[in-house]
Amino acid sequence: MWNSFRTDAQVSIATQIITYPGGKGDQIHAYVARPQGGGRHPGVVVVHHMPGWDEFYQEFTERLARHGYVAICPDLYCRFGHGTPDDVTAKVRAEGGVPDATVVADCGAALAWLQAQPDCTGKMGIIGSCSGGRHAMLVASRVPGFAAVADLWGGGVIASPDQLSPARPVAPIDLTKDLTAPVLGIFGNDDRSPTAEQVNAHEAELKRLGKAYEFHRYDGAGHGFFYYHTQAYRPEQAMDGWNKIFAFFAEHLKG
Amino acid sequence: MCTMISNTVGIRGAAKGRPGWFGVTQATVAFDHPVNGGLEHAVLLDFSNYDLDPGARIAVELDLASARALVEKLTAAMAAAEAGGYAPDSETWH
Repeated sequence: MWNSFRTDAQVSIATQIITYPGGKGDQIHAYVARPQGGGRHPGVVVVHHMPGWDEFYQEFTERLARHGYVAICPDLYCRFGHGTPDDVTAKVRAEGGVPDATVVADCGAALAWLQAQPDCTGKMGIIGSCSGGRHAMLVASRVPGFAAVADLWGGGVIASPDQLSPARPVAPIDLTKDLTAPVLGIFGNDDRSPTAEQVNAHEAELKRLGKAYEFHRYDGAGHGFFYYHTQAYRPEQAMDGWNKIFAFFAEHLKG
Repeated sequence: MCTMISNTVGIRGAAKGRPGWFGVTQATVAFDHPVNGGLEHAVLLDFSNYDLDPGARIAVELDLASARALVEKLTAAMAAAEAGGYAPDSETWH
């Protein structure tokens, strides 16, 4: 639970920007946050959203570390050059986005990086929002080794044939059969991508294939309701959502 | 990208931003999450020259009604220029 630490606990984190070998061995940036004070901790790969490897995602990564996870957030836009997050995002958008295969490779390499860390237990999760939610589902279906996956309002998990492309050749929902990690889904009922109907269809597929999952839907919330820097922010729903994440990761990564 | 709606076209022209004027080589028209304005999605216009760097960009974010009004005015101005004989097809940016 957020804000439930003991005031006499030695809770602190360390953060750094690293480079690590991503897909094809390319050196890419990642933001890493980890608990201090010794011991070993589960790991989480944090997949940033469409607006980029930005300050929100650095703080998101830090929050996971404060709750006992070694968290790594790869800069999936690293190969497109550097500037402010919105400028780099515009360039990525102009070039049609990051190919799914690149995301899978970079996140798979981030998992390997976590597995090599002496302060990591070996139990790993993956989480992302917006395009990152879709990517988290995709990676967890393609890369073995994750014990939990959290999809926060991932748009495009379901895609019509005309939305598929060489860069995004498969809809993640069609990979559900390959998924071994339990799924947490967090969604706003007013979202237009994914819509409530798409969330229902995603849940139906998980249920049909007998996958472990829990979905939480919030009234009065749309897309990106965790984003405290935007008008989409809904504090009550967001904090409940965060507590769902902490409980889910604690059950599957710390248990 | 969340909507995956993004179309880019090569263009010739110039744009002015904080560093001053620079040549632009492409325009991207997308419908996705804006940085500003509080909308879930907006029409995103980028006039850019990524041969320079990712910051060589003029960005405009519009709601759908504004984008439609802009298209109407663009079309009207081009039609008037052609009707008035001010814009021969042979005249291109250089």
